[in-house]
Amino acid sequence: MTLKLGVPSKGRLMEKTFDWFGERGLEIRRTGSDREYAGSVGGIDGVDLVLLSAGEIPRELQAGRIHLGVTGTDLVRERIAGWESRVEELARMGFGQADLIIAVPRCWVDVDTVDDLDAAAAAFRREHGHRLRIATKYHRLVREYLRDAGVADYKLVDSQGATEGTVKNLTAEAVADITSTGETLRANHLKILSDGLIHRSQATLFKSRAALWEDAERKAYRELTGRLASFRDS
Amino acid sequence: MPSKEQVRAEAARLQDYFRGSGAQAVEPDILQPAHALLDLYGEDIRARAYVTADPLMGEQMLRPDFTVPVVQMHVASGGGEARYTYAGEVFRRQEVAEPGRSNEYFQVGMEIFDAEDPAEAEAEIFARFTAALAPLGLRAAMGDIGLLTAVVQGLETSEARRSALMRHIWRPKRFRALLDRYAGRSKVPTARATMLKRLQNEAPEEIISDAGLIIGLREPTEIIERMRTLQAEAAEPPLSGHLVEMIDDLLDIRETPANALDRLRDIAVDLPALDMAVERLERRLEAMRSHGVDLDRVEFEASYGRTTMEYYDGFVFGFYAGMYPHLPPVASGGRYDALTRVLAQGREIPAVGGMIRPGLVLELGQEGGL
Repeated sequence: MTLKLGVPSKGRLMEKTFDWFGERGLEIRRTGSDREYAGSVGGIDGVDLVLLSAGEIPRELQAGRIHLGVTGTDLVRERIAGWESRVEELARMGFGQADLIIAVPRCWVDVDTVDDLDAAAAAFRREHGHRLRIATKYHRLVREYLRDAGVADYKLVDSQGATEGTVKNLTAEAVADITSTGETLRANHLKILSDGLIHRSQATLFKSRAALWEDAERKAYRELTGRLASFRDS
Repeated sequence: MPSKEQVRAEAARLQDYFRGSGAQAVEPDILQPAHALLDLYGEDIRARAYVTADPLMGEQMLRPDFTVPVVQMHVASGGGEARYTYAGEVFRRQEVAEPGRSNEYFQVGMEIFDAEDPAEAEAEIFARFTAALAPLGLRAAMGDIGLLTAVVQGLETSEARRSALMRHIWRPKRFRALLDRYAGRSKVPTARATMLKRLQNEAPEEIISDAGLIIGLREPTEIIERMRTLQAEAAEPPLSGHLVEMIDDLLDIRETPANALDRLRDIAVDLPALDMAVERLERRLEAMRSHGVDLDRVEFEASYGRTTMEYYDGFVFGFYAGMYPHLPPVASGGRYDALTRVLAQGREIPAVGGMIRPGLVLELGQEGGL
């Protein structure tokens, strides 16, 4: 069998991933036509390139259908329950940085910390008869963060896109979303809580613990990581 | 491992025992409307229970415990004096594998709704559980959340501080952060200090509109109200360090019930708000003795149940297999007047109860060669 390396199939994330391997002497080439989702890695025998949507890579790693995969640490932590027992972080790749943060309207001058958010949520619930709504697509990460911080009287509402607009549209009071520059948040009249950083994400090379690792895959893995390591040492 | 059939039989045997005390057997549905549970426990319950959707009935939950549906049933029937027993499966979702805990397991339990003599009802529950579990030689622990709530309610400080502390009785970390803040032990965040400073010379409306466009459901009046709360809070003298130490002393108590009572009486000399709660504890222990409970074999932990038993606001207890610390409690329970108050829309329906895991009883019984 072959070692399957899953990488993002399009956009900047794909280019940066190709660059990252290329800089380490492992040239990734797409084979066949432009539209075919297949390729080779550094001419190493027994490695198959699998092009996937970045969002599907955690699931494929968890199921063991790919041996290695490149995706954001945010997606792995959000989508794989008990992720540390399912996958292993091999290398942080230094691109695709994004912070998962909690943001509230800038006009909330009384709210600057998670502590304030909790107090505001209590008063909000009394006043409006329902919990303070936080829009997000990162349910697990946000819930764990708020539970550890002891925040009560909130509820999460699902938002798969344009999350920053939910407050103005009155479908949420606060948001928990990914940001890299904070530009979109500012444009939507939101501010980040000073201690509201939930997770700092970046593109990372993961190894699946669930995949079938036989001699052929191990040999290919040793060669691939050997070449990555020799780059690191030089 | 005992088979499901054996566990069901053991649950029936224990239920018969509870029925023998006059408890009426009830059988709540497995599928419960999610609304009430979500409203009670918030987002956290989604991590611990299976939520599913019905196209007509909306969000439903596989019952994560029996207490809530039994209380709802009791409230719907008009309240009053009653005692119930139940047996069946409960379903618990796990985000990470928890050793020794199944996603689906049996519970058998008993609940007493009785306003007449709380101490007697508590003692009876504990005595029955002690007797039912006696052959297993378990470690028994008890506590009383009412001690902490009594101290908080008796604090000589603002109502705002008291209610903030009350709200976080079951979240020790946030409770601690609040205490530190009120005692002047934590630094005032810069943004808050700046806001408070501006508030001395500027109208709050101005500070708000300076900050940005007013958006969202939370109105400026609500923002101003909290600004005023923070202002009043900053002007209030800090809680004395001595008081905070006494609360720490109280929460540290881990003794035999008799020794714990002595320590509590000492603390109550400086904290008279504790008197009533200590008296209640004393009456409960007395009632337990008259039920034949050997209290020297029970450990009293003042902070027992604070992290795991939200809405349990008085007497709490649990039975553990001391040899197997990774196992969940074999039985647990307590007084949950706060829960009935919420579910009965403010009506007072005092209630105490507990549940046993018959699967664990069998497992431990086999281990011990019973």
